[in-house]
Amino acid sequence: MAALGTLDSANLNGGQKLAVKFFTVAIALFGAQVLFGMLAGIQYLNPDFLFGVLDFSVNRMLHINAMVVWLLFGFIGAVYWLLEDESGTPVAGLGLGNLMFWVFTLAVVVVVLVYLLVQVGPGELKSIWLINEGREYIEAPRWADIGIVVCVLIFFYNVAATFMKGRFTGIGGVLVLDLVALAGLYLAGMWYTPNISMDQHWWWWVIHLWVEATWEVLVGCLLAYGLVKTMGVRRRIVETWLYIEVALLFGSGILGLGHHYFWIGTPEYWLAIGGFFSALEPIPLVAMVVHAVFDAGHHKLKSSNNPALAWMIAQAFGNFFGAGVWGFMHTLPQINLYTHGTQWTASHGHLAFFGAYATIVIAFVYLAVQKWRGNVWMSGDMAGGWKWKWAIFLLHAGMIGMTMALLVTGYEQSQVERAIGGSSWIAYFEAQAHVWFVQGMNWRMVSGWMFATGFVLLAWDLMTIGKRETRPARSVEVPAAAMA
Amino acid sequence: MSETQTLWWASESFWKKMAVWITAGSAVVLIFLTFDTVNQITAGGKRVPPYSVINNRIDYVFDEKRNYQVPVIGPEEPLFGKVLNEAEAMALVSRGKLTTQAKNCMNCHTLLGNGAYYAPDLTKSWLDPMWGSKETREETMVAFLMDPTDKLHNTIGRRMPNLGITEEEARATVAFLKWMSAIDTNGFPGNFPTIDQSDPAPAPESVSAPTETPAL
Repeated sequence: MAALGTLDSANLNGGQKLAVKFFTVAIALFGAQVLFGMLAGIQYLNPDFLFGVLDFSVNRMLHINAMVVWLLFGFIGAVYWLLEDESGTPVAGLGLGNLMFWVFTLAVVVVVLVYLLVQVGPGELKSIWLINEGREYIEAPRWADIGIVVCVLIFFYNVAATFMKGRFTGIGGVLVLDLVALAGLYLAGMWYTPNISMDQHWWWWVIHLWVEATWEVLVGCLLAYGLVKTMGVRRRIVETWLYIEVALLFGSGILGLGHHYFWIGTPEYWLAIGGFFSALEPIPLVAMVVHAVFDAGHHKLKSSNNPALAWMIAQAFGNFFGAGVWGFMHTLPQINLYTHGTQWTASHGHLAFFGAYATIVIAFVYLAVQKWRGNVWMSGDMAGGWKWKWAIFLLHAGMIGMTMALLVTGYEQSQVERAIGGSSWIAYFEAQAHVWFVQGMNWRMVSGWMFATGFVLLAWDLMTIGKRETRPARSVEVPAAAMA
Repeated sequence: MSETQTLWWASESFWKKMAVWITAGSAVVLIFLTFDTVNQITAGGKRVPPYSVINNRIDYVFDEKRNYQVPVIGPEEPLFGKVLNEAEAMALVSRGKLTTQAKNCMNCHTLLGNGAYYAPDLTKSWLDPMWGSKETREETMVAFLMDPTDKLHNTIGRRMPNLGITEEEARATVAFLKWMSAIDTNGFPGNFPTIDQSDPAPAPESVSAPTETPAL
């Protein structure tokens, strides 16, 4: 075994060797998300910037698609990371999993190149099969959809077969059932119809039931494992919390789907159902905060991996504020009539995706680099420990800055464009030209630069943290009897 | 140290059962509602018009009972002066919808409020007063879609790029937008000012020769 502090894949089990490949691509795509987000942000302030070369639509599509894919890569990596540890047995069909990684990565590269170089096609079905489906978040052309389904099936096989071969823990059981739903729901977005109401109805089955239901449960599983690993929290406690979270997340989130059915042609009863259930959606997120903070306090913040713990605590709060509070603020139809499709949504989207999902993936990447370097010390008093602290600070300050700036522009837009102007062309541009809007967009850009700086620091830290560290990790293992 | 006995409401097995039952119950309700919703949003259903609605005038008028604007289907006003049957109308609207997808409209505009926020919402764009008069609207829209870059947009310099939209695609896109404006969206967007679509008042001389006026 290599010396402590050097990256050596001999330190990892089979699933973890595959996991770090997924994490590497995930962080690279995170960088792409930041880059294209910055370009799109600049275009709000200077519309001639890259006009006709990389138009806003292309940058924005790459910004949100890079996000979906890097988070998926991060989740898949995180599951491979914990799989052998959790099931107590090597990953079943690991070779297939490795093949899937390369196929998936190659497909992503091809899709991105087509987005950048071809951009748009003629108004025919073949454009949807080969270039771009033109449907927010799931723009990937149909051939890639089919590829994604095949990849997810292989991933599902790895996970389910491994747990069946080894032991089926509570986390394992929830994870497997959640992946069935996650894979199945993707199929709802894979067909063409001229009817846009029908299109958006099923499209939300993918987007909402992923992001506001199955992804949240997946994150619940990851958080449960992470708390056990970093602080030695008792398994019975995290698994009981996990079941509470599943009950509350699905209990509010499944019918909370109705808050996307207010204005797309779907029946009026969704105003009541969607409003009511989506208003309950923050409750499980409160439970997750209580759970994480209580456990951290109970263990006096003594963890084996301080950066990972910090990012998990950030996840609990980010999820609650970003998805919970920011979602709740405009989820009731009486308010949503004026905020739907304005920068309110962008404000909510930024804080929610970052707070709920980016954070937990980053936490797992910190767990990974620790073990990759031979399970080195990552608690207090690290050499170069300022880097992870400044990275987490800059990323959060930048994100909160963007969220607040977009919220101001969203308020202004709801008022000037929606409430007063009635959403006509003229009203839209009146709101976009308003001094409050322009100021908000400037502050968003400043915050964006801060976020981008934080990202660079994060990437640098992930590559160097624990390097030449000679102390082994702090032990947090709880007595075997307490694990029951 | 021995475990204290867990209260039933804090026990793992209770919440495991709750998780299963609540999830299954919510899913059953959702599936039940989905059947009804899909039925109502099928083209020609209660909420979404048949494609041949593009043969008629479409307006967006305040409804006292529902307390918001609702689409109103008016007299025959065929798009580009040509009456289409349902199959032809569907083919045209479909071509328009495919164009909006292939040109990635949704990553600048919102449609039914969903998409990106860099350009105006298209839900009722067929009825937007920006198109001038209802007589020139169709051709103005087609010309704009085909070559938007140098046309008047706004005072802030934001423009639509030229996306290589052909005349056929542009006409189909206009059909799609007209059809979309007839979807019952529960009053979204609210307070929308519509283009004047009233028939011009008959000029005095046209009523002077009743024998030559064809019956309406």
